[in-house]
Parts: sequence; structure tokens; C-alpha cells
Amino acid sequence: MLLELKDVAVHYGGVKALDGVSLGLDSGEIVALMGPNGAGKSTVLKAIFGLAPLDSGRVFWRQEPIDVLPHQVVSLGIAFVPQGRRVFTQLTIEENLEMGCLYLRDKAEKRRRMDEVMELFPILHEKRKDSARAMSGGEQQMLAVGRGLMAKPTALLLDEPTLGLAPKIVTEMFEKIAEINATRDTAIFVVEHNIRSVLDIAARVYVLDKGRIVHDGTPASIRETDVLTQVFLGRME
Amino acid sequence: MIEKLKAVSPWRRFTAQPGNVGAALRKNSQFLITLAVIALAATFMLSQGSGFAVRVIQLSAIFAILAVSLNLVIGYTGLLSLAHVGFFGIGAYSVAVLTTHPAYEQVPGHIRYFDWPFFAALPVGMLVAGVVALFVGGVLSRFRDDIFVLVTFGLAVIAHRVFLFWLPVTRGAFGIHAIEKPSIFGFVFDGKTEFMLLTLGFLALVVFVSWLVVSSSFGRVLMAIREDEGAIEVFGYKARNYKLTIWVISAMMAAVAGGLSASEQTYIDPQSFVLLESIFLVCIVILGGLASLVGSLLGALVFVLLMEGMRFIDFIPDALVGQGRLAILGILIVLLMVFRPQGLVGRYKL
Ligand SMILES: Nc1ncnc2c1ncn2[C@@H]1O[C@H](COP(=O)(O)OP(=O)(O)O)[C@@H](O)[C@H]1O
Ligand SMILES: [Mg+2]
Repeated sequence: MLLELKDVAVHYGGVKALDGVSLGLDSGEIVALMGPNGAGKSTVLKAIFGLAPLDSGRVFWRQEPIDVLPHQVVSLGIAFVPQGRRVFTQLTIEENLEMGCLYLRDKAEKRRRMDEVMELFPILHEKRKDSARAMSGGEQQMLAVGRGLMAKPTALLLDEPTLGLAPKIVTEMFEKIAEINATRDTAIFVVEHNIRSVLDIAARVYVLDKGRIVHDGTPASIRETDVLTQVFLGRME
Repeated sequence: MIEKLKAVSPWRRFTAQPGNVGAALRKNSQFLITLAVIALAATFMLSQGSGFAVRVIQLSAIFAILAVSLNLVIGYTGLLSLAHVGFFGIGAYSVAVLTTHPAYEQVPGHIRYFDWPFFAALPVGMLVAGVVALFVGGVLSRFRDDIFVLVTFGLAVIAHRVFLFWLPVTRGAFGIHAIEKPSIFGFVFDGKTEFMLLTLGFLALVVFVSWLVVSSSFGRVLMAIREDEGAIEVFGYKARNYKLTIWVISAMMAAVAGGLSASEQTYIDPQSFVLLESIFLVCIVILGGLASLVGSLLGALVFVLLMEGMRFIDFIPDALVGQGRLAILGILIVLLMVFRPQGLVGRYKL
């Protein structure tokens, strides 16, 4: 496994967010994490970056436990695109992208990466000198993903990349995610609520509920069971 | 705390309609405002004679150094600090203590004399301010938002108390006299005009360094911290280190203003380093415009003109000028925040 969580537990104050979660991401695969609101999906990603306090368990990167500070995780080859885009609206698109690899001294390499990202998302090239504030939600999300790619990650963590986007943009975003995975050989761990779309591109799926993994298998295995109905609709009763 | 004050101003509403006079005005408003402020200032100063002009420019330059350096912290990084006056004071006291000479001292015998030249004392003042800032910044980095502001408020009060009660060094309320004028290769900056030019030189240096800082990638990280400190760490930056660095740079610049101011007045006492000064500085930074170096220069000029110009208004009795200044300043700030919340030439609202 490239990235692995083993028996991770996290609580915030009195709230138990993760309760013995084990999951993994292999090189080059797309893995989806699904579950209702508050299940702890974002906490899984934060735990990988050391941004959530671990009660127990460990996170492994290439079989080694990650024991660096949050700001050093990116240099291992892991990029994180947090929930809610969080682009810097006071900076231009180009400057936002640069934030993704500012530690890089090599100017030519920086330029090369920026060109690659702009080729993937042509809209970012078109508007590169504009302030990120002037962009639509979909464009900001592409910027957020592009900014993550600037680190040239081996593993890309995406937290709800299609939240609040129009259906057409959602489709486009999924195409891009598949393209990133295929052409850049990047392993992608994506938290998603668009069940149908994500089952189309993922190799494996984890379902998280109340801080526990309740299902783990291929998209086909998910479609055969009613685990999603139970998890998503069960609590409405 | 900072993001909550987002009312749409009437001016904004007027100028937001495309195609009317307002839109054209808005496009060039920053340039027009800059021009108008400078033209007004020049006319007023010339009409009052060159002595007044030199005094205004001297004071404005000191305030401008303070405002520009404070803007790095407040405007660019988003840390609302009231502690700036403390670093200003550290610079002033360092230069005062290190340069006084017993022969010129009017109340001899209470403190040690070092009799250093100004240009040797100033770097020491900067260093002292920098070291204190590093230490204080370490403590401050545990706090955010409202609590951060309160702690800097406490620091300003502590600084004043230290100046007032550390008698063996500062001589308390007595103050320190006969502070040396700068001299270099036998040339002494003892005339008011010469001193003004020297101060302007230092201002130019401070503005240049600040410009280098904010237009570098370091500066962009600061702006990103201001906007979303939490998002920054996942890209590989330790926000704390960036905040600490700019905090120390800013404090050292304030110390330069302090040293110059002490030497220009040749006398200092703790009353020049009270919390109110910090509040003035925050006002100048906001009035001029957050994250705008030009804004801080203009803000300082407008502030000093207001403070100095009011004594020429005949119908205000002399005894009331001091109080009247503050009242007018207060009203002005309210008006400006209603009609132009981004400041004279700034980009962001507080
Ligand atoms: N910083 C925090 N402080 C306290 N509780 C939190 C914090 N972040 C998340 N939680 C709680 O932990 C649980 C899991 O949150 P989260 O991981 O954001 O869920 P999801 O991303 O699946 O919606 C929720 O009950 C949430 O309220
Ligand atoms: Mg979430």
C-alpha cells in the first residue's frame, strides 16, 4: 500500500469522529470514501496530514509511519485539496497555483508544472492574471485541484471536489479526475457524495458511518448491497 | 472577527452601476485621491510657510515609517496589533540612552552615559526591538483574532510601564535630555531641513524594503495567511514562522522611527509612548488602506496635517485644540469607514 491508515481513532472534545478506521490507497488507483454528513470523512484526510489529533492508530506512507509536521507532509508526495475550495481570493490565479509549490527553487520546473496544470484546465490559463475572487465556483474548484497538482503529488487527496457545483461541471470534474489519474499516474483518494459518478471512476470504495468503516469493496459490490441506502437513508427514520 | 464587517457602502452602490460617472470615478479613484491629497497638502503647507512645511513633512515621515511597517503586520498578514508603539519606544530609548552625553545633560548623575554616535546607536535599537519582538512574538503566536488584539493591547501598556518605571535606564517621567543629532563624516544633521531629508531617506529605505517584502513570494504567503491560515499549512508552509518573521521586521522598522524621532526632538519621556499612539497608527493604516504602502504614506500625511493644521483654525480656542483634534479625527474615521471602508487607496476592508 502507498498510503495506509491502521486502526485510527480521533475525537474532538467529547465527540468521537473516527473509531478504529483502517483503509488504504494503492499506487495509481482511485479510491472513493463515501458516507453521510458528519461521518468523519474530512477527519480521515486531516488525520493523514496530522491536522487531526490521533488518539490511537497510525498513518503509513510507503510502509513507514508518517512522523513529520503537517506542513512537511506535502514534501512526501501527498497533496490535499480541502473541502470548500479555500482558494486565496486576494491572489491571482497564477499566484494561487504558485502557492502549491512555493518551496520549489527551480523556476523552470515551476513553469513546467504550471503549464501542465493550465493545459489540464484551460480556463486557468485564460484567466491566469485575474483575481481568484472573480471566478465561478466551478472554476475555483479547478483552481483548488490545480493548486494541489502543482506539488506533483504521488497521492492526491480530494475532499468533496464537486460540492455545490452544477451537474454539467460535476461531470467535467469527474472526467478531469479520471484524466489526472490516467495521464499523471497519480493515486487519488476522493471523498464524494455523487454516488453514481464516483462509482464509475473508482476502483474501490469505502463507506464510512459514525466514524467506522461499514463497507469496503469494489463499486460492483456496493451496487449489489443496500449499504448506501442504509447508511444514507437509515438515519432519516 | 475581521470578516464580519462587510456592509455595502453607499459609495460602492453608486459606483457599481456600470456606464455612469460613478464607474469612471471608481476606476481611477485611487489615483485621483492620491493626487487630491498631495495637492491639498502642498497648497496648505506652502500657504503656511516653509517652517511649517518642514515640520509637517518631518512628522509625516516618522508616522509614515510607523504606518508602513505596521501595515505589513495588519494589512498584509491580518494581525491587528496595538503593540507597535512599544517597538517605537524601544528604538527611541535605545538611541536616547546610548547617545546622551554628560556635558549636555541638565540633570546629571542619574543614568549611565555611553556617548555613542547616533549611527552606532540606531542599529542597536533595531536589534533590541527585533529581539524583544522575537520573544514577544513567540508568546503571541498562541493567540488568534480577538484575543491576539487584547494581548497586544497588554503589551503596549507593559511597554509604557517599563519606560516609566525602569528608572536606572529610562529615568522614568524625568525623561532623557540632550539626545545626540546624527552626524556622518563630520556633517551634523542639526538643521530642521537636514534632519527632514535624513528622515525621508530612511522612509525611502523602509518603503523599499517593504515593497521588496510584499511583492515577493514571501509577501504572497503573508496575504494567504491573512485570508486562510488553516489552508496554508497543507502546501508546506509553517504559518507561524512567516508571521514571526514579518513581526520582527516590522518591529525593527518601528525602532528606526523611534531613534529618528528621539534624536529629532533631543528629548523623550514615556508620555510619547502611550497606547493612544498605537491606536492612531492603526487608524492611519486603516484610513490609508490595508495592504497598501501608498495608502500608509497618504494616511500619515493626512493625519499629521489634521493634527497640525487644526491650530490654524481660529474659532477653536487653543485650550481645546488637543481635545478637538481627537474628536475630529474620530468623526473623520467614522465618515470614511461609512463611505470608503477600504480606506483612501486600499484594496480590502478590515
Ligand atoms: N474541529 C472540530 N472540532 C470539533 N468537532 C469537529 C471538528 N471537526 C469535525 N468535528 C466533528 O467530527 C465529526 C466528523 O466531522 P467531519 O470529519 O467533518 O465529517 P464529514 O466530513 O464526513 O462531514 C462531526 O460530528 C463533526 O461535528
Ligand atoms: Mg467533510
